[in-house]
Amino acid sequence: MTVVEDRPATADAPPPRRGNPLWAFLRNSWRQLTSMRTALVLLFLLAVAAVPGSIFPQRGVNRENVAEYFAEHPELAPALDRFFAFDVYASPWFAAIYLLLFTSLIGCVLPRLRDHFRALTTVPPDAPKRLDRLPHHDQGQQRPEEPAAVAAEIAKRLRRSRFRTRVRETPDGWTVSAEKGYLKETGNLLFHIAMLGVLVGVGFGQWYGWHGNRLLVEGTDQGFCNSVTQHDESVLGPRVDPSDLPDFCLRMTAFDATFQTNGVPKSFQATVDVSEDGGDHYRPDRFTVNDPLRLDGATVNLIGQGYAPVLRFTDRFGAQQTKVVPFLPIDGMLTSEGVVQYPDVNIDPATGKRDPRLQMGFEGLFLPTGGTDGSAVSKFPAENNPVLYLTAYRGDLGLDSGRPGSVYALNREQIADGDLKKISDERPYVLRPGEKWTLDDGTTLEFVDTRRFATISIRHDPTKVSLLVGSVAGLIGLMLSLYVHRRRVWFRVLPVGGDPAGGSVIEAGGLPRTDYPGFGDEFATLTRHMKEGTP
Amino acid sequence: MAELSNQLMALTVLAYLAAMVCYAGEYAFGRRSHIGRAATRQLVGAGGPGTYEQAGGPATYEEATEVRKESARGEWVGRAAVGLNLLGVVLHLGTTVTRGIAAERMPWGNMYEYILSATLVGSVVWAGVLLRRPAARHLGLFTTLSLVVLLGAAALLAYTPVGPLVPALNSYWFIFHVSTIIISSGIFLLGAVPAAMFLIKNGWDAGRRSFPYTLGRHVGDAGALERLTFRLHAFAFPLFTFGALIAGPLWAEASWGRYWGWDPKEVWAFISWIVYAAYLHARATPSVKRTTATWIAIAGFVTMLMNLFGVNLFFEGLHSYA
Ligand code: HEM
Repeated sequence: MTVVEDRPATADAPPPRRGNPLWAFLRNSWRQLTSMRTALVLLFLLAVAAVPGSIFPQRGVNRENVAEYFAEHPELAPALDRFFAFDVYASPWFAAIYLLLFTSLIGCVLPRLRDHFRALTTVPPDAPKRLDRLPHHDQGQQRPEEPAAVAAEIAKRLRRSRFRTRVRETPDGWTVSAEKGYLKETGNLLFHIAMLGVLVGVGFGQWYGWHGNRLLVEGTDQGFCNSVTQHDESVLGPRVDPSDLPDFCLRMTAFDATFQTNGVPKSFQATVDVSEDGGDHYRPDRFTVNDPLRLDGATVNLIGQGYAPVLRFTDRFGAQQTKVVPFLPIDGMLTSEGVVQYPDVNIDPATGKRDPRLQMGFEGLFLPTGGTDGSAVSKFPAENNPVLYLTAYRGDLGLDSGRPGSVYALNREQIADGDLKKISDERPYVLRPGEKWTLDDGTTLEFVDTRRFATISIRHDPTKVSLLVGSVAGLIGLMLSLYVHRRRVWFRVLPVGGDPAGGSVIEAGGLPRTDYPGFGDEFATLTRHMKEGTP
Repeated sequence: MAELSNQLMALTVLAYLAAMVCYAGEYAFGRRSHIGRAATRQLVGAGGPGTYEQAGGPATYEEATEVRKESARGEWVGRAAVGLNLLGVVLHLGTTVTRGIAAERMPWGNMYEYILSATLVGSVVWAGVLLRRPAARHLGLFTTLSLVVLLGAAALLAYTPVGPLVPALNSYWFIFHVSTIIISSGIFLLGAVPAAMFLIKNGWDAGRRSFPYTLGRHVGDAGALERLTFRLHAFAFPLFTFGALIAGPLWAEASWGRYWGWDPKEVWAFISWIVYAAYLHARATPSVKRTTATWIAIAGFVTMLMNLFGVNLFFEGLHSYA
């Protein structure tokens, strides 16, 4: 049934050492750890341990959701955090389980490798005395040829069916032993070793890989070069130095999106200029959702998109500032929210001093297709009727406090403290492209235009190709392990009446070594062919 | 076309439901089991009044005649059940195909279509088993019951109007990923039927006479059920491995940049995979009882259901495209 049962009795096991309880304890623990039962328990533990990772938000998957969870459950969250509930797959207890499992696996695979190597290099054993005790048995068939010739022919036939075959002469006649299906164990070992390889590969990938995100706005003035400082967010493996990142620059020259009439996206495509030598020589390229840009040492995926209104502010002294401000989509129709902040406006040219009470901030929504009902939800993700709903604030934006704030929202504390005051009406002001909003102090905000932006992920995974090779090898091993069956057959050829010239009588026995319902048919076919002598 | 698909869906569920009722009816007459048939045959062979003693068998000639009549009726109902079941499979196929035509793509772009296709696979494999081995008919009640429940849940909980694929799903790897997962899930789901029947039959054989075990009364050989369970799982496991752990990551790498990200859907696919691996292990370990191993297969079934319904209903993730 199993390889475990196949293992030769402990004839060649080292003689038990007595007298050292520590050694005995260690050896016993090792034996426990590498038993199939332990593997089973560990597999179960691993499955159960993976569950919380789908219940609680994970930092590795979505940081914002974790922050939200902390905000919603201020008491529970820190307690859960102590048990790594938000980092399940990087937690020590998860690691403990899979490391134990893989130790068990190594302990299990090594002796099996040795046994299998032995099995591959030894010939099939001689026929048991009583073939009629085997699960499959056939007897009494006669052939006119001499036993030696019959045995040779049977062996030839078995070899042709890729049985490993051995013919033996016995005092009273001949036996043919044959075995087939070694690939089962080979496949099983390949599968388990491949899994070890995959785990090691994943580990290496995490050490030597890195990734980052970046929101890239359309336009040659909005280019980006690959470095940690220019990523919006980056994660480097412990063995990666920021200077290891490959040098390339991207400028998005166009972004095309098409949508179905119900607003479901049909296609996205980013057209870019790429420079792989640090920014001197650009070549055009493009990438889409399932077809990333594969550069030397990094892959660039398109993972999101949206609009960036272009807004021009004219201050009290007539100075103008234009900003391209990405608004982040909050629904499928690309209703987007964002904020534009002008900290360096209303600077008196006479003094050259910035007045912190005169900084400007605008907050609100962008709708690519505004409705006629004035509701603040977009009706369609393409720009059929772009409109901005904005609220204006003046005062201290609080950008100098040193605390990291979001670039997508105004500083709530400043508003609460009254340092940043709302200066427009309760209802947001409606602006369409080309329109200008004149505020109470004569300053203006003009909605110049919109541009598209794409969110891209830039990633380097040094082991992913080896992982693919490893998993495919594992899969092949798995299929061999599951679908190949190991079985033995024996034929005993004896001279009729003890005289070789008088012809031969054949007896056959078959032993499936795994649960193999088809063996009966195979055995019947084999014995029929043997008897009939048909090739 | 979309409307047609929805109507066919309703008919499919009705056909399976009717088949289920007939299977149940046959159960109630209950005389086409091996024991029942053997008993009837022997009595008929004896050709005269007499007594025949067998556990649960008829005791007198009169009873035996009654049994024979019932047996004929049971046989008739059983055939009707198979016919209705096959009709259901055809309707099911029609539902899925018209859905695909309506959407102008493969019918697996959202949860509803996904369940529709996965159950179709299970159902077609079941029909194949049924045609090749009529004796497997006793599993019909449970198969059709599962189909009715799964399809009903799909229609009520996961129904999505016909729509095109979002660009992320528009990829060759996605097709490999989803088709293999659909096929393997279908077979895993089907595999739970002989698994449950094995446990029930085993309980019955061990002398349990309370409710679920009474269903085991007319069921065939426990060993055969157990082997069928194993073969279905052993067939589906590598396919699931390919779909979930090779094609899925390949597609995710092309689409999102990372091949594995512990998204809830990925977590549950991983859990199912581990649980089914545990099942194969348990079955290959001589010291683990076959019933224990089969319970693990049932646990795998539960994780599959979690993946089909639970994940989409309870968790938010990149895969929640329904
Ligand atoms: C990393 C976790 C593991 C997974 C996912 C896994 C998976 C599998 C699978 C799917 C099979 C089925 C192949 C078949 O039935 O022929 C199998 C077989 C086997 N595994 Fe594992 N395994 C794991 C760890 C281990 C460990 C730790 C051991 C050693 C204690 C082990 C020993 C075996 C043996 C001996 C078989 C052959 C059973 C047979 O004769 O069919 N495996 N494994």
